[in-house]
Amino acid sequence: MISLTSPVRTKAHDWPAGLKLAGLCASTLVLFYIRDPAMHFGLLLLVLGLYALPGRRFMDAGLRQLRILWPFALVVAVWHLWSGEIATGATVILRLVSAVALANLVTMTTRLSDMIDVLHGLSRPLRRFGLRPRVLELAIALVIRLTPVLLQKGTLLSEAWQARSRRRSGWRIILPFTVLALDDAEHVAEALRARGGFNTQECH
Amino acid sequence: MEKNVALIALFAALIAALGLIPKITLAFGVPITAQSMGVMLCGAVLGSRKGALSVLLFLLLVAIGLPLLSGGRGGLGLFVSPSAGFLIGWPAAAFVTGWIVEHWRLAPLTLVACVASVIGGIVVLYLFGIIGLLITLDKTLSEVIWLVAAFVPGDLLKAIIAGMLTAALAKARPGSVLSRANRTDAV
Repeated sequence: MISLTSPVRTKAHDWPAGLKLAGLCASTLVLFYIRDPAMHFGLLLLVLGLYALPGRRFMDAGLRQLRILWPFALVVAVWHLWSGEIATGATVILRLVSAVALANLVTMTTRLSDMIDVLHGLSRPLRRFGLRPRVLELAIALVIRLTPVLLQKGTLLSEAWQARSRRRSGWRIILPFTVLALDDAEHVAEALRARGGFNTQECH
Repeated sequence: MEKNVALIALFAALIAALGLIPKITLAFGVPITAQSMGVMLCGAVLGSRKGALSVLLFLLLVAIGLPLLSGGRGGLGLFVSPSAGFLIGWPAAAFVTGWIVEHWRLAPLTLVACVASVIGGIVVLYLFGIIGLLITLDKTLSEVIWLVAAFVPGDLLKAIIAGMLTAALAKARPGSVLSRANRTDAV
């Protein structure tokens, strides 16, 4: 399964993930308090500078991720050109791009395993409320493993439909697809129980 | 316990798969993502608590950087983007949908699940989504409502389909539709 971590290794990959996440929270809060468009423009240049540091490939991958923002930017731009509040519009768009770009930067420079370690740490205090970190980690692993399996089954289903009909399958295919998923859940649960389930000793 | 965890994980994977299979488009050939329908289905089938947990698990995986949202999107950036409110509202939407299906037992399941999906997946979800848009885009309430109104017809369609699917699933696999399972044998 592909993750969004950057293929280019950067120095930031070695920084502690918890620290990066805390930094991200703080800087996003600050972004929402600044109201001056000139300052936002400077900050955006700074963020883009961070993207440029690890090289061309990293920057291209990063900028591709930001393309999802253009419909919002367009709506806000048209809106504010029409209403005449151009400074506010510029602030909103610049802040939006910086905030999303910063967050993506953390995602790109943090390995999945490091993120899961942070989750493990965060889930420890929740143990008091009945959340078992081991169950959470197993559930994460199950989703990562089962998504490609379901994807393949879904693709097969829609191909089977197309082999029989010239019309699109549309939403009708979701019923057999969900039934397949329910049956898989049954099998996975049986397999888990057969291996001792969740009642085995936790080891660290 | 094992069955609950397996169902929660499988439904999280199902939400992902619904967004990633390119050939699933809804009626009229409009490429609306089936992913938000997965959220309604999750609540209607798994019930309030497990449905919300399943959606939460899915969001957790998106947040730690897996590209599971429709179009292969993922990562922390989505949680500060203008549509973040809708994402954050997903667990609540599944919870409310599930809660209604669990408690309103006197009408046919198709109707109940349709109405539950409309209330959870549209009313509750849009409440979160609108708050998100208000914070990120600096618009007034009426402007934002005008902005999201365009998506209501598509989501109504999804809610109706989710309701019909729930009733069909209850027939095909009654033991797995936890929202309607007997309380006594629920774990």
